[in-house]
Amino acid sequence: MITIEFNGQASQVEENSTVADLLRLAKVESRSCAVEWNLEIVPKDRYETQALSNGDKIEVVTLVGGG
Amino acid sequence: MSSDSPVSSDDGLHDQALKVGKHVLKSRLIVGTGKYDTLQLMKDSLDASGSDCVTVAVRREKLYDREGKNLLDYIDLSRFTLLPNTAGCYNATDAVRIARLGREILKSLENPGADWVKLEVLGDSKTLLPDPIATLEACKRLVDDGFQVLCYTSDDPIMAVRLKAAGAASVMPAGSPIGSGQGILNPNNLRIILEYLKSDDPSYPVIVDAGVGTASDVSMAFELGADGVLLNTAIAHARYPVSMASAMKHATIAGRLAYQAGRIPRRLYATASSPEEGLITSRPW
Repeated sequence: MITIEFNGQASQVEENSTVADLLRLAKVESRSCAVEWNLEIVPKDRYETQALSNGDKIEVVTLVGGG
Repeated sequence: MSSDSPVSSDDGLHDQALKVGKHVLKSRLIVGTGKYDTLQLMKDSLDASGSDCVTVAVRREKLYDREGKNLLDYIDLSRFTLLPNTAGCYNATDAVRIARLGREILKSLENPGADWVKLEVLGDSKTLLPDPIATLEACKRLVDDGFQVLCYTSDDPIMAVRLKAAGAASVMPAGSPIGSGQGILNPNNLRIILEYLKSDDPSYPVIVDAGVGTASDVSMAFELGADGVLLNTAIAHARYPVSMASAMKHATIAGRLAYQAGRIPRRLYATASSPEEGLITSRPW
């Protein structure tokens, strides 16, 4: 297992996990989210290949009500 | 409608579309999606407002305690263009970061709003007034990155000119602080902004963003010559939001029509509406 920071919280994931694995694990609907990996936006077509490493910072954001 | 009218329809909401950058909006009223008690109430209010453009915010996906209800389940994406904001950002770097993330989500949703952003860089959490220096910096960086920037700013005419020069697709002066419901506190500043920004460019869109308390504030903005109004709290926190949304729709129609119809000048003294000729009564003096 490796430890990543996922939306501000320390989280354990399997080694060699990808962004896509993480989204499936968290049950996030990828259509309405965007993913930032160490401050870099990960395009949708890279979710399956972007591997996660120990200490990576991942932010998954979505749209909420706002003015 | 008489033939001398500049308005082709009696519906001020749809007289001429509001053009902002590459976007064309049928309604001149843009409404927010925040602060509603329920998502259904939001949906009903958006419908009643007649708007075809709504603002949204970008936030962390909730990984725990998720209700299972998604904002997007309550917004008809075939009707509404989404306008993502950078609300909650206090520096240019954060605002650019949030704008890019919003663009990524909207691209995934295939919503036309992917190429624009409502830029908001705040200076202070108590007043929610914009940080002018950081706003200008973020505006330049976003324009360079290909965004059409709709820029929230104070009602300072000089700042408005600077933002337009920096490439903002629309300058959006606040009538008064966000959510304060104080309406348009300095109509003279708004007049100057409209004059300066439109002097060599009459179609440049100026949208009053923030401070609206009730329907007459919306009408006033349009009567002064604003091209659009963006509001959220005035509907979401009204006692009856759906009714207030309808009031805002009608205020948009009334204000825009009144502006186009051309108001009479203000005079110190009265002018009689009934003829002076043919009176059978006498004057006291």
